Amino acid sequence: MATKRGNTKAATSSVGSKVLIQFYRDMLLIRRFEERAGQLYGMGLIGGFCHLYIGQEAVVVGLQACSKPGDSVITSYRDHGHMLACGMDPKGVMAELTGRAGGYSKGKGGSMHMFSREKGFYGGHGIVGAQVPIGTGLAFAHKYKNDGGLSFAYFGDGAANQGQIYESFNMAGLWKLPVIYVIENNKYGMGTSVQRASASPDLHKRGEPFGLRTMTVDGMSVTAVYEAGRDATEYVRSGEGPVLMEVNTYRYRGHSMSDPAKYRAKEELQKMREQFDPIDRLRAELVEMKAMDEDGFKAIDKEIKDIVTAAAEFSQTSPEPDPAELWTDILVEAA
Amino acid sequence: MTIQILMPALSPTMTEGKLTKWLVKEGDKVSSGKILAEIETDKATMELEAIDEGIVGKLLVSEGSEVIPVNQPIAILLEGDEKASSIKATSVTTPMAAKTESIAAAAAAAPQAATSAPEKEYTSFKTQTVREALRDAIAEEMRRDPNVFLMGEEVAEYQGAYKISQGLLDEFGAKRVIDTPITEHGFAGLSVGAAFGGLRPIVEFMTFNFAMQAIDHIINSAAKTLYMSGGQLGCPVVFRGPNGAAARVGAQHSQCYASWYAHIPGLKVLAPWSAADAKGLLKAAIRDPNPVIFLENEILYGQSFEVPADDDFILPIGKAKVERVGAHVTIVAFSIMVGKALQAAEILAKEGIEAEVINLRSIRPLDTETIILSVQKTNRCVTVEEGWATSGIGCEIAARIMEQAFDDLDAPVARVAGKDVPMPYAANLEVMALPQIADIVAAAKSVCYR
Ligand SMILES: Cc1ncc(C[n+]2csc(CCOP(=O)(O)OP(=O)(O)O)c2C)c(N)n1
Ligand SMILES: [Mg+2]
Repeated sequence: MATKRGNTKAATSSVGSKVLIQFYRDMLLIRRFEERAGQLYGMGLIGGFCHLYIGQEAVVVGLQACSKPGDSVITSYRDHGHMLACGMDPKGVMAELTGRAGGYSKGKGGSMHMFSREKGFYGGHGIVGAQVPIGTGLAFAHKYKNDGGLSFAYFGDGAANQGQIYESFNMAGLWKLPVIYVIENNKYGMGTSVQRASASPDLHKRGEPFGLRTMTVDGMSVTAVYEAGRDATEYVRSGEGPVLMEVNTYRYRGHSMSDPAKYRAKEELQKMREQFDPIDRLRAELVEMKAMDEDGFKAIDKEIKDIVTAAAEFSQTSPEPDPAELWTDILVEAA
Repeated sequence: MTIQILMPALSPTMTEGKLTKWLVKEGDKVSSGKILAEIETDKATMELEAIDEGIVGKLLVSEGSEVIPVNQPIAILLEGDEKASSIKATSVTTPMAAKTESIAAAAAAAPQAATSAPEKEYTSFKTQTVREALRDAIAEEMRRDPNVFLMGEEVAEYQGAYKISQGLLDEFGAKRVIDTPITEHGFAGLSVGAAFGGLRPIVEFMTFNFAMQAIDHIINSAAKTLYMSGGQLGCPVVFRGPNGAAARVGAQHSQCYASWYAHIPGLKVLAPWSAADAKGLLKAAIRDPNPVIFLENEILYGQSFEVPADDDFILPIGKAKVERVGAHVTIVAFSIMVGKALQAAEILAKEGIEAEVINLRSIRPLDTETIILSVQKTNRCVTVEEGWATSGIGCEIAARIMEQAFDDLDAPVARVAGKDVPMPYAANLEVMALPQIADIVAAAKSVCYR
């Protein structure tokens, strides 16, 4: 089978300013939400592991803008951004982080395990790579039911070395499943760089032997991601088979809250932040296009700040789960 | 407005820390992301970043201060054009205090599951092999629900490695009877996703030995997600295939996994013996909205039994069956060991010992009630399983009898189990490794002190 490849670069011109402003807002929501989560963690209100998405916002915002109602989304434990991009309520997400009854999983899942059947978000998975065969199964269900939906399965560069990823690629290629695999290559799996973990660091190439259409995308540019996403979703929806997209991105914070990130040079982070920040870049673009003035930005800032403040408040006022919840949701009672 | 910067918790276990170095001084302007200080936690040295924009108004702790409790204010940030003079003491939000003890006290014992409806009485029967019964169960459920499909290695064109799926490809087509690559981890995970997506997969493992490659998805993805999602995502998958020893296939192909899966909340675990068990329980498993582990036995596939000839025949999950009534000793077994236990009971009867034989059918939930009622009558119990004794199903049964019928026991519970060795290949050694009828007879006699 011939492998189709495509590389996309930023194509601002074709994306209208309204859409760009929406992207700006959505990315800012994730950033501010994550900063607040980090703060609540510091206050001891969030426990356990907490993996922030700061720096990677353009990936999920650009791609989810290409999704349609009925599509499925699945990712790893670094999932807060994906949930917000799927339209889940920031209050419910934050309250799950604090382990409260008002959280999406009633406080029983935590940061790494959250779901919304209503929004087509299937988690939130704590086992590295496990979401990839599950996401493939969601695609299988779309095809079986012939409902026109597709599945977005996100995973990290570290996860890309797991065997189950290739078992999934093989089945998806074999059965032409409607799935878009997205490697969020943020250069590190915990403290191990891609170069130290992968015999061939061009991760996108790993889809070729399975007949997946492969793409590499600048994940620090939301427009580039969006353009690639439109291309990929069109391809998958037309029944051509799966796509593997390697999106190059960067996480600013440590792997989780307790990671001092000593394995990378400060200058590397500094450079990404100062020169490639997806939110700053888009803001500059919007200014240059004269798409929005200072007041417009201020209004968005305020809107986001209010949403995040309300979420943080809800996450502290929502009660802890009722003790009776310990024993519920273990099995579905037969109808 | 002033903002208090608090000593942050920077790891899941940190309660206090040391401020090793300030990287800002009073009067400095900071923006979100600026490193304010270095903090030593119980694990590492971490950097504290500013979240808000402002001017450092006051540093409240000096460099080198040790044992600063989490949440103690360490600095004050001024927003906008405030002056340092506006700093005044403000109350600190207290974090959730740990209240482990009171919480533990509230966590009462697990509520008891309601006992399921009793088994119906059937009048007309037909003779079938376990193999045919399993195939009929799958076919009937696939006719009933278009979302049920079968996947696994060699299930379609080859008609099943053990011919369980004989004829199914013809009837249902390649969309619903799917040959997979040899990729247990992958297709088990795929089946979980398909179930989340609204389908009802039946996953055939060529044998359960190979499901060890898939056990992460069975446990972490299938069994736990309902709970982790607060009840949103059920996972109606049946994982089925032959379990335990076949004949002369050596250690890697001859293991019983009953106790492995029985350990897991969120799973149901069934182990049929007869063809009627196989048919009635498999139909129940396919209709069940939860992940079900369905442990078959290769040696039983060809054995014939009477199966109710009724289109609506189905068995309740969680209900054991008393296969033979007796007053002197209770023998609890499952899968192929039920047949051995019944043969042992015949031998015992000749010696004047009437054994009651319980066929568990369901390993999780375990029908404790039927076992206890029997032991209250016989006052003696022998458990029989092919798997190893250590942490086996017999341990669980013995523990429940001890907890609920201690005073009824006239002898300690005896366990007959596989020997504590990997399964040998040599014919004579294999026989020695597996529980034999004579072992059951001997154990029953010993608990009767005979
Ligand atoms: C099977 C498994 N092994 C190890 C871990 C511990 N672990 C959690 S995240 C992680 C690194 C994963 O890195 P990557 O896939 O690049 O994702 P990122 O965290 O960068 O988003 C590791 C080793 C785990 N959760 N699951
Ligand atoms: Mg990574």
